Amino acid sequence: MKRKRSVLTMKRRKYLTGLMFVSPFVVGFISFFLYPFIQSIVFSFNQLELTPSGYILHYVGFTNYHDLLFVHPNFRIAYTETLVQTLSRVPAVLIFSFFAANMLNQRFKGRTVARVVFFLPVIMGAQAVLALQSQDYMQKAMSYSKIGAELGMFSGSELRNYLMQLQLPEGFLKYVFNAADSVPQIINNSGIPILIMLAALQSIPSSIYEAASIEGATKWECFWKITFPMILPMIMASVIYTIVESFTSPYNKLVNLIKSTAWQGQGFGVSAAMSWFYFITIAIVLAVVMGIMSRSSSSRP
Amino acid sequence: MRKRVRLSKMLAGSGSLFRTVMIVGIGFVILYPLLVQISSAFMAPGDLNDPTVHWIPKNTTLDNFNKAIEAMRYGRAFRNTLLLSLTVSIVQLVSCTFIGYGFARFNFPGKRILLALVILTLIVPPQMIMVPLFLNFRFFNPLGLLGKGINLLGSFWPYLMMGITGTGVKNALFIYITRQYFAGMSDSLEEAAYIDGAGSIRTFFQVMVPNAGPVLVVVFLFSFVWIWNDMFYAQMFLTGTDNLALAIADLPILTRYLYGDHERNTLIHNAATLLYIAPMLVMYSFLQRFFIESIEKTGLVG
Repeated sequence: MKRKRSVLTMKRRKYLTGLMFVSPFVVGFISFFLYPFIQSIVFSFNQLELTPSGYILHYVGFTNYHDLLFVHPNFRIAYTETLVQTLSRVPAVLIFSFFAANMLNQRFKGRTVARVVFFLPVIMGAQAVLALQSQDYMQKAMSYSKIGAELGMFSGSELRNYLMQLQLPEGFLKYVFNAADSVPQIINNSGIPILIMLAALQSIPSSIYEAASIEGATKWECFWKITFPMILPMIMASVIYTIVESFTSPYNKLVNLIKSTAWQGQGFGVSAAMSWFYFITIAIVLAVVMGIMSRSSSSRP
Repeated sequence: MRKRVRLSKMLAGSGSLFRTVMIVGIGFVILYPLLVQISSAFMAPGDLNDPTVHWIPKNTTLDNFNKAIEAMRYGRAFRNTLLLSLTVSIVQLVSCTFIGYGFARFNFPGKRILLALVILTLIVPPQMIMVPLFLNFRFFNPLGLLGKGINLLGSFWPYLMMGITGTGVKNALFIYITRQYFAGMSDSLEEAAYIDGAGSIRTFFQVMVPNAGPVLVVVFLFSFVWIWNDMFYAQMFLTGTDNLALAIADLPILTRYLYGDHERNTLIHNAATLLYIAPMLVMYSFLQRFFIESIEKTGLVG
């Protein structure tokens, strides 16, 4: 009898210690996430008026949502543009990172230098710098310096003409051109996915490959039957990370619109409505992607 | 037989050639803007339109840097940003490891839900809670205890409070990484510590943390870099103070006001950008080896 009780209290003590360790997060989640989160729902149905000692809410019902969908001049454009951009860029980023991670995982001379350079965008990805560059100062500087024009970089017009003459489907060509134009952007966004996949590749024990090569498996077979399935969970993690990153990145149009609407435009209420509309979209996209991924991974033997 | 060997050698050779071309090409795309910035930051305005100038400026000058330092109030902004990034990243390092350890090593009711909530804070765009968060810190008044509320904007407090509670910039990611790392450690260390009579907090700080070197480096570096590079939270919490990200953001307007719509401004902007990212580059060049090794060791998300 006594013994049973002491086991219980031991277990309960573990509960309490665990809760103690995560309690900072619980406090933070409630006060710096959940509370503002709920406030933003409330704000989206109200008009906010700032006063010296706080703010007053005027209930307006669904007006903010209605304005945004049917009155606002830019919202629908920014919304579709952001969605299309994310959905088209994410596959490119993932394919590139998968490819780059595999390359960086091989042994060759100068591997360390290559890794240092590839992770550089993670260090240099300052939003302020990107904002400065996006005002075309950088573009100007590049054309001024003639280096860009000389190498035909970022233009490649001859190749473009050639591809046009091949009479490939227009949609495909458009995607390819878009991808080519956003090569620097894709590379810059790939830092963390490369990191995740590289770490996964490194965690595969080499003994598996040795066993496979003794059994006579080719490198190609090794890649598809060992490497790929072993890092599949981490590829999925990168899929989610890349989608979220693209949706929340500070140079996506809609995010900027939400920000500028709040501080300069029609006010906090409309901005809150925008962000809710946007968040529901993100949630749907993520749910669909996760659903597809879990189905395809469970259908695997 | 011999033919086959030769063929496979050729294949391997072309593979490594392909790899070299790809790596050099991608490296070029990454480094190119940086190189242009470095070369043009030392140019005098005349060099910019001179067709004979390639990479190496004819009239090397530090004028752009001097102008940028003056416009950004670099000294004070640098000191503030460094202090902010250091304190906040240390606070986040401690709190996220602490929370991550709790998730990794203890079972308690509601753990799975709490972990899902950690991920939720990563998925929700911060712009969504931006306005309420701003207002709550502008009129900071927990549970109505402080009467009219106090203004915490312009101080480090919003950062510190969010850091301590693991809800700051990308903290969910750090919690997740540390959780994965601790979950992969063996039980024996902890058990030995418990048998020797150490409490759970003491075990955490004296046994687990010293054994978590690689993951601590990764978390610290990421959180330092992300706070240094962050503009979103800086615009929200620190407007009106000297901060590098804010100084960079205001630079175009300021230089246009000071020097007119002159192409020289581009050069000043390049110099300013370099001044802004230089500390990160210096730190990275010292720590890169350690950093990349730790990523391999942590397995990051094993």
